[in-house]
Amino acid sequence: MAEDGSGSIIAEEGVIRLKKPLRLDSGGALEKLEIAYRTYGRLNAARSNAILICHALTLDQHVASVHPVTGKPGWWNMTVGPGLPIDPDRHFIICSNVVGGCMGTTGPCSANPKTGEPYGLSFPMITIADMVRAQAALLDQLGIETLLAVVGGSMGGMQVLQWAADYPERLYSAVCIAAAPRHSAQNIAFHEVGRQAIMADPDWRAGDYARQGVRPEKGLSVARMAAHITYLSEVALQRKFGRELQRDGLSWGFDADFQVESYLRHQGARFVERFDANSYLYITRAMDYFDLAAAKGGQLAEAFRPARDVRFCVLSFTSDWLYPTTESRSIVQALNAAGARVSFVEIESDKGHDAFLLDEPVMRAALAGFLDSAGKARGLA
Amino acid sequence: MSLAAAADDAPAAPGARLRPSRDIGRPGELRPDFSEILRLVRPGARVLDVGCGEGALLELLVAQKGCDGRGLEISAEGVAACLARGLAVVQGDADRDLLAYPSHAFDYAILSQTLQATVAPREVLIQLLRIADRAIVSFPNFGHWRMRLSLLARGRMPETAALPHEWWSTPNIHMCTLRDFTLLCRDLELRIESCAALTTGKPPRIIDPEKEIENWRAESALFLLSRRNGAKRTPEPDPDAEPQTGDLFS
Repeated sequence: MAEDGSGSIIAEEGVIRLKKPLRLDSGGALEKLEIAYRTYGRLNAARSNAILICHALTLDQHVASVHPVTGKPGWWNMTVGPGLPIDPDRHFIICSNVVGGCMGTTGPCSANPKTGEPYGLSFPMITIADMVRAQAALLDQLGIETLLAVVGGSMGGMQVLQWAADYPERLYSAVCIAAAPRHSAQNIAFHEVGRQAIMADPDWRAGDYARQGVRPEKGLSVARMAAHITYLSEVALQRKFGRELQRDGLSWGFDADFQVESYLRHQGARFVERFDANSYLYITRAMDYFDLAAAKGGQLAEAFRPARDVRFCVLSFTSDWLYPTTESRSIVQALNAAGARVSFVEIESDKGHDAFLLDEPVMRAALAGFLDSAGKARGLA
Repeated sequence: MSLAAAADDAPAAPGARLRPSRDIGRPGELRPDFSEILRLVRPGARVLDVGCGEGALLELLVAQKGCDGRGLEISAEGVAACLARGLAVVQGDADRDLLAYPSHAFDYAILSQTLQATVAPREVLIQLLRIADRAIVSFPNFGHWRMRLSLLARGRMPETAALPHEWWSTPNIHMCTLRDFTLLCRDLELRIESCAALTTGKPPRIIDPEKEIENWRAESALFLLSRRNGAKRTPEPDPDAEPQTGDLFS
């Protein structure tokens, strides 16, 4: 437990083993599931100020504190921190690594308790709903019954929607940023490219690389490079790199002549230092399988019907072509049809999908306004 | 006659679609259309404010009338301001996004000083009365004597404090007169439950919109509309039921 100078902010890090097996959508269950999480701030006496943050595909529980592997600041330190919309001085903030992840929560790189060896591909298929069920079980064990808000962007936003569908009674409000109610053909297509890159790496060894003492770094790196392009906009890439060269003149070969090539290679190389290839396969699959309306005969509004008392805030970005505004609008329309209290803003930004991680003043104002008023309505100071 | 003279007693500028400035008013003084809307809306009603700006009216409806208020607003800044006020507002466009709302979701749909800025006002009006049982619609009256005089004397499109734009830059692309609007209501078989003439600084004045003189006098008008058969649909006749002999004849 670490405490800062003001004495009010507690950042705690922990791993909890679930007491009960986690039931999975794919059938079966995960025994002795361990969940790695971080918290910031203090739960108030009324237990009414808890905010759960759901992380995106390749992110983790280190929302607002230095990452233990990369040494970089928390991934949402533009949004979470003292004086920011999600504020450890006022909120009790929880973020846990998703099931199937590789930052401490049980995933394909963890040891199977039955064999003592890494799961590899014997790890069961997981879904967004499984991730959410695990988070709910974590909150049970932490003694948190209800959330002031569940907040997430991208895959985190999908978890937010799943929370609303599965545990509406535990939510006071929900914030879904740059997400979609289901994966589109294009989303699935990009993920498939990434998975094929990993599986084409000879060091993948049919998923058994951990036991064989190798890592499919080339494949995972290419998967990251392809995915990284989808997180940016054309304008942002052009502005950042244009056709700028790494060195004077062309190499007349296949070295990274262009700065954008060098940048992507760098992103790929950094990524493999902190991420597991099988986790990438499992989590991208979970996203592809996500279709909130499917269980309700294609009627998204039906999925939200139990959540009509939850306050929703939906945000999208104009230049996000991975999860475009049309997806957020379909969420808003379904929430309206379900009679839920929904607010929606499309934020003007040319930074693509990545915008939700960056300093976007309109996003900050909208989030702060929404969460403050939810807090006030719930009796927070 | 100087048109500048009109500036002092004109209602708040329309065109909220392009200029989210609907909330500008004199401090401490309730805009006349707001006070009339507050008078008309039943306490506790479900209300959709289309073009809600920064949420001033919605906030009043929630605070003073206990309404369940929702908004639709075109500008991201307007929506963010509404969120800070604790209001539930969706960013969107009256022309496009009303279609997404379910039928009969609201008791009232409010369109204040925005109708003339929509691409398809007739369709918007139809949508308002699909979504809500009643619509409250206000708009600047192009039949007001100052407008007529200005056009007659200057031979140019009138510019007033209420309509301060050049013809080539105005967001108000579908101006109408009081008479035009009542004819559209008739065409759409809408019932005019009430109509008020609005002038800033003066209390709203209940008028008969059919009277020709009001089309000269009203600077701006506010209508309470409902479907001809009221909020409830006429039930389908039951084919299996016995023919009604009727109490009238017994």
